[in-house]
Amino acid sequence: MGNYWNPEIECMSREDMRALQSKRLVDVVQRVYEHVPHYRAKMDAIGLKPSDIRSIDDLKKLPFTTKQDLRDTYPYGMFAVPMDDVNRIHASSGTTGKQTVVGYTANDLEIWDEVVAREITSVGGGKKDLFHVSYGYGLFTGGLGLHGGATKVGAAVIPVSTGNTKRQVQIIKDFGSTMICCTPSYALYIAETMEEMGITPDDINLKAGIFGAEPWTEEMRREIERRLGIKAYDIYGLSEIMGPGVACECSEQAGMHVAEDHFIPEIIDPDTGEVLPDGEEGELVFTCVTKEALPLIRYRTRDIARLNVEPCKCGRTSVRMCKPRGRSDDMLIIRGVNVFPSQVESVLLELGFAAPHYQLVVDRADNRDILDVLVEMDSSFFSDTVAGIEKKERQIRNMLDSVLQISASVKLVEPKSLGRTEGKSVHVIDKRKLID
Amino acid sequence: MSSTRENLSIKGKSLRFSQKGPNRYKIIAERVFLMIIKQLSIFVENKQGRLAEITELLHQAHVDIRALCIADTKDFGILRLIVNDPDKAEKVLKENDCTISLTNVLTIRIDDQPGGLATPMKILSDYDINVEYMYAFISKDVNSAYVILRVDDNDRAIEVLQKNGVTMVSAEEIYNM
Repeated sequence: MGNYWNPEIECMSREDMRALQSKRLVDVVQRVYEHVPHYRAKMDAIGLKPSDIRSIDDLKKLPFTTKQDLRDTYPYGMFAVPMDDVNRIHASSGTTGKQTVVGYTANDLEIWDEVVAREITSVGGGKKDLFHVSYGYGLFTGGLGLHGGATKVGAAVIPVSTGNTKRQVQIIKDFGSTMICCTPSYALYIAETMEEMGITPDDINLKAGIFGAEPWTEEMRREIERRLGIKAYDIYGLSEIMGPGVACECSEQAGMHVAEDHFIPEIIDPDTGEVLPDGEEGELVFTCVTKEALPLIRYRTRDIARLNVEPCKCGRTSVRMCKPRGRSDDMLIIRGVNVFPSQVESVLLELGFAAPHYQLVVDRADNRDILDVLVEMDSSFFSDTVAGIEKKERQIRNMLDSVLQISASVKLVEPKSLGRTEGKSVHVIDKRKLID
Repeated sequence: MSSTRENLSIKGKSLRFSQKGPNRYKIIAERVFLMIIKQLSIFVENKQGRLAEITELLHQAHVDIRALCIADTKDFGILRLIVNDPDKAEKVLKENDCTISLTNVLTIRIDDQPGGLATPMKILSDYDINVEYMYAFISKDVNSAYVILRVDDNDRAIEVLQKNGVTMVSAEEIYNM
């Protein structure tokens, strides 16, 4: 049994949860129809009236919302409240176009703190903790999102933000941070810096970390747990829905509990839009039923995942989502084979890269797809002889061949030479799109 | 007794001495240590201006280059440098995100004349010691050349080269050259 922040909701029976979701869904559909012209137009176009939505069973009748809708109505066109009622604005990076702008009322921020507080509690955090936030503070939702939840549980929050890793390590050691949150790749970088500074897990008080905002693998989790001497928990979220806290692992580390009293998840076939049966893999879709400022309906996350409705050993009854296997728009189809960047990542971790930075470059030559995998050289991988490096290159290539089921050419490049946006490496460059 | 007679060169002076007794192994260990030269091995992607950037970093740090060699393939190269202060150079390059390692190499001094290199090569070959790579530079002393050797067994290479009268050059001498 774990610790609960809000046991009444977290352990609610499935029937009661569905009843709650139904009530809230009916309410939110009414609200968006009245206040968001974009939604009204979409519903009118298919002849759907708010009164047609009577329970959660009617959810599938509603049209999807995509990132494109947010771009078309940039910046505030999807907001359902006047700006007077908006209390916070965040925005996500626009790697492929305009930024996505999201807003929160005071009540939305309250709910955000609540869901993050549930998650911190479920992994054993509380008021006795010194909570080290190494997510960026700013328009990015990571820093302030975790900050709010940690404040709510009464922890001593240390708002370090990103950067200056040596200082981060010094703070962890001197201030006695007991919990940390950041991107998983940054956690590994902190571990590496700690090792360089001669600090071992025995010298620090960290016991747990909450990591998310980028895809990571089980290998990476084991690596973080071993090198920092902590338990590493996965958190999921996206700014369009709320930010970090939409779902998070409990102490069982067996899937992420979705805060489904606020965000109703569905899994759909990304091609047909059809809702898939429980347990099948497909694109994750969320409906925000309590959000006031930006209540998105059936928002397509592009994340490929699976839902599990089995009760968890921790006692929570909420549906759990698996770690997204990739993004439907990250998924590459190369010579007819589905390839996810995360597969490359797991190979590199397997081969001993601490925090792999890589890039898949897909191109077409003579009507044939070619895949180049660029990998930033890692000091643990370096050799002073050409034969030594070529041997390593061959190792990567052979393992990629067997994992991806297609052949790739591997090129080692210098550290920090691959493009990054907000600290995340740009994992895919598909030049075929430029050709077509 | 010839096997315990060694040619050792420290600060350019050739020393000859013999070793006996319990201190022998300690002395051998110290001698091996003295003879090990730290070479900087740097991963360099093949792109314009990269060598200029790296050498400029060393310039800024007042690091003096003694010898160098580059092994290259179509995609990358490995720049190998012998410098006056390898630890400082390593620190500077690491701070600037270079992939770098320190490699233990040996230096011998040979006569700058036909056969000067053939002799030590033959010795290494006779003792089954592999040379991974090597490079040479001419000394300011007109009659000799220095050869940097990366072998698969430093301790044994030192032993057999010295036993056969090849002059090893100490790390101190190279760094302070």
